[in-house]
Amino acid sequence: MIRLGIPSKGRLMEQSFDWFADRGVRLSRAGSDREYAGRVEGAEGVSLVLLSAGEIPRELAAGRIELGVTGTDLVREKLAGWSSDVAELAPMGFGHADLILAVPDCWRDCRDLDDFAAIARDFRAAHGFRLRIATKYHRLVRAWLAAHEVADYQLVDSQGATEGTVANQTAEAIADITSSGETLRANNLRILDEAPILRSQATLFAARAAMGPQMDAFLAQLRIEP
Amino acid sequence: MIPKRAKQAVGQRLLEAFRAAGAEEVAPDILLPAGSLLDLYGEDIRARAYVTADPIRGEMMLRPDFTVPVVEAHMTNGAEPARYCYLGEVFRKQDMGDQRPATLRDNEYLQAGFELFSRDPAADAEVFALFHRLLAPHRLRAEIGDMGLVLDAVRGLPLPEARREALLHHVWRPGRFRRMLARFSTPSVPRHFPEADAPWAGMRSEAEMIRRIARLNADAAVAPLPAIWTERLERLFRLRGPAPEVQAQLAELAEDMPAIAGAVARIGAQMAAIAGHGIDPEAVIFDASHGRTTLEYYDGFTFSFHVGNFHASREGWPPIASGGRYDALTRVLGKGREIPAVGGIIRPGLLAELEGAA
Repeated sequence: MIRLGIPSKGRLMEQSFDWFADRGVRLSRAGSDREYAGRVEGAEGVSLVLLSAGEIPRELAAGRIELGVTGTDLVREKLAGWSSDVAELAPMGFGHADLILAVPDCWRDCRDLDDFAAIARDFRAAHGFRLRIATKYHRLVRAWLAAHEVADYQLVDSQGATEGTVANQTAEAIADITSSGETLRANNLRILDEAPILRSQATLFAARAAMGPQMDAFLAQLRIEP
Repeated sequence: MIPKRAKQAVGQRLLEAFRAAGAEEVAPDILLPAGSLLDLYGEDIRARAYVTADPIRGEMMLRPDFTVPVVEAHMTNGAEPARYCYLGEVFRKQDMGDQRPATLRDNEYLQAGFELFSRDPAADAEVFALFHRLLAPHRLRAEIGDMGLVLDAVRGLPLPEARREALLHHVWRPGRFRRMLARFSTPSVPRHFPEADAPWAGMRSEAEMIRRIARLNADAAVAPLPAIWTERLERLFRLRGPAPEVQAQLAELAEDMPAIAGAVARIGAQMAAIAGHGIDPEAVIFDASHGRTTLEYYDGFTFSFHVGNFHASREGWPPIASGGRYDALTRVLGKGREIPAVGGIIRPGLLAELEGAA
């Protein structure tokens, strides 16, 4: 049995259902809208599991589902050494979002990461503590800043309303996912002139441990090269 | 697999030797308040240390090294000169990238350490000679360096103070340092700072920004650093070889870079002191970049001991021992008070493995 994990809510679920329908596999929610059980038509030996997109990486790595749809950002943030456990099978063309670093728009002297590094150094000297970046993507942001040799900063955890932290003076900058940049602009924040920390989109992942003839057959039906 | 007991036994033997060298044993806590460690080491430490939460004490860290608690203890109730030693576990996590490594590194291991708080310049050679003597039976490769040399070379560049300070700040981040040096070596392009419609937000003040803009505007008038200085710096960073050989090259380089003359003389005296302890300088590698990619707070003499040609199968091992002078760390922890200190650690577990294989 191949257990297929799909985000349980909203547009991500609907777009995932459409993606599979285009490939001849009809997914649907069993019973009422509030029930998290699912039905699969058009494929043998596949069952549908609806769960939070944030839990799909962990469930894949733990072997409780064999296939799953989630964002590349979540897999890379939540699974250390992710590519040893899961295989990235197919980008699905929706759920696009970039993980970016943004600063207050009023910082006229801050265009790129070199400016940011210099400002962080000044800030630490002036305020006696390290410049704070609010984020929930701790590992990705830290690894990216380490690779660019930025020092003099600290991460502060923000699990929601991250764009508000600068106005609330609990952070000086933020690192978050954005698709249109609308919320950033509304909060007077501006993205640094750098390539994003990560470009993410909804992607079909497979647990490496579950690869085999049964999986190959299903992937062939989905027109995916394993 | 070497049993933990055997590693402990090696650790006890080292501790005994440290005590015989006049050190008082200290036993810092395993759970340390995260605040001062984070402030010192920055986010990098969070990627390497285990962080845990105490409902009352707040964020705590499983001891990632002994230096900070030992320095703090010394600052509260120590008198100079003081020698301390310790033996205990440190905890380091391995934050892997995209792939899980084939073999995991140890995430808890013993460190036996010796720290000497003293203003006496002979302290560096004393600590190095002690480590050298304890490790001599293992035929390791000894490497030394001197961050004071690198820092003096940067201080001696014909640059305005703001540029010099920025370079000094990034000495420990080679990529950023190199790019900054390249930028200072080309004519600066005056920058335009567009007006922003956005209201001021956040804790960084507008005055801070205006100060930085003024600095950048002033900086645009600065003439580029002649290329010869980058060449000289690179020549310096590349110097590596048996200590007497490098000393001769340093003396030559000091003719072009008078700013390092003092450091070169100091290193000469250092090497004489090391030889005075019965160590053959020819067998010691001097690496001018030693310490540049490791701990930011080593700002003087540094050393490390590595498995060498005698242990071909152990390539890729971390250093068996490392240490150096860390006055910059005591300056930060002491909030202005400076306590010259030099020290180092040995990993008894690695020694036990070498002995087990011998």
